[in-house]
Amino acid sequence: MGLPKFEYVAAKSVAEACRLLREAGGEARVMAGGTDLLVKLKAAASEALPRGTDAFNGAAPGGARSPRLVIGLRGIQELAVLAVTPGVGLTIGATAYLADVASHPDVRRLYPAVSYAAAETGTPQVRNMGTVVGNLCNAAPSADNAPALLALDAELRLATKETEGTMPLSQFFRGPGETALRLGEIVTSVVVPEPPTRSGMSYRHLSARGRVDLSAVGAAALVALDEGGRVRTARIALGGVAPTPLLVPEAAGLLVGVVPAAHIVAAAVAAAAEAARPISDVRASAGYRRRMVRTLVERALADAIGRASAGKEVGS
Amino acid sequence: MKHPIVLTVNGEEYRLAIDPYRTLAEVLREDLRLTGTKIGCGTGDCGACTVLLDGHSVSSCLTLAVEADGREVMTVEGLAPSGERLHPIQQAYVDKGAIQCGFCTPGMEISTLALLLQNPHPTEAEIRAGLAGNLCRCTGYNKIVEAVGAAAEAMAESGSADGAGASAVGADGPTADDQGRPCAMWPPVG
Repeated sequence: MGLPKFEYVAAKSVAEACRLLREAGGEARVMAGGTDLLVKLKAAASEALPRGTDAFNGAAPGGARSPRLVIGLRGIQELAVLAVTPGVGLTIGATAYLADVASHPDVRRLYPAVSYAAAETGTPQVRNMGTVVGNLCNAAPSADNAPALLALDAELRLATKETEGTMPLSQFFRGPGETALRLGEIVTSVVVPEPPTRSGMSYRHLSARGRVDLSAVGAAALVALDEGGRVRTARIALGGVAPTPLLVPEAAGLLVGVVPAAHIVAAAVAAAAEAARPISDVRASAGYRRRMVRTLVERALADAIGRASAGKEVGS
Repeated sequence: MKHPIVLTVNGEEYRLAIDPYRTLAEVLREDLRLTGTKIGCGTGDCGACTVLLDGHSVSSCLTLAVEADGREVMTVEGLAPSGERLHPIQQAYVDKGAIQCGFCTPGMEISTLALLLQNPHPTEAEIRAGLAGNLCRCTGYNKIVEAVGAAAEAMAESGSADGAGASAVGADGPTADDQGRPCAMWPPVG
């Protein structure tokens, strides 16, 4: 499968990348790792997609089916950042590789659900090429890196040619392959705040093959306890069971303010399953997905509560 | 518009002018005639096109050649630069019967090298995880897993997979190319 023809520019700055993106009026795409973009370009070129399917699901502002320009981000030094900074949290730049997020010792220690999700994405080769931010911008409902980052209340840093801004990750996903990015705007990094004290986090997922393939269902949880063992903060996020990765505050809210006894956790699990809107596709049936939401949320909550009550500030 | 690029492949430098939409796999096979690297699925699923890029395993079918500009590529041809004596990884694949049709083998062997550079003594589970991005439709994987274990032992014995300055080379000892730099060698990546 060959690629369609396009021009290529290795952008030297964020401003240049945004300017080129804007000037192309929807006929350009930015590329970090290329592991999603190039596959889509090849599929579009070979018409391997079912008729009527847009390879970009409308994600390219302007509706371009195949771009005339690919803007490489790899040469922009500041986008490669991967750092844990006291008082700020974890910053994952747009071109930071999945493999590095998976193996970074501080990320593994302080943000284990984030490193685990990165380690479970794709193959070793994909993790050496692909990026966490790219996984988010591709906006697949099943994106492995989304649930943990949602549960941890991550925020995106955005840039256009003239402006810089932030957006909660929870407002970023608009539909399969669709994000809130505007024409000429890119995500420069995702920032994960420091986990609360006495908290635990977890990400659990399932796929047919266990490795390599996309997750059918994923669930992430963050639970923080007060000194009396009552839940201070809880967030639960799901992947693969709705048009976007999603937070389920109606489920997590049931835990807040109380000691997470078994019947409380069971109610939260049931509420999470209720909030899921799964479809049947090649990876799993809707019924299986809904059942597995229960299982995975139950496990993720058990992990998170266990780690929080173990007195550690973070999970391990 | 063609882009001028410089690729270092198996220790040899190539100056090329290439279209931006061509993949590294295409350039290796069609321009450099290094046809050991295979193109299977073309979508990053099968691993037949795996090469090392600056010491990391990547799918060359999903790497734009322009983005490999200035970087070091290693292909299966770099494992046995003399073309005669096999690299310990290749010898292990032969000895263990880990090859049938052979189409996946170059990618498997490069992934094996990438794994052993990071983890010279992998467990079976680690071997399977390390080769998760390489599909074989013939052998059923057990022979391949055995071969990786045997290669790890062979390379540990010759001190080639770990240790500062050591190179992953065959029994001939370190092999150097025309510029005197060792082939088939990258420092372990961390």
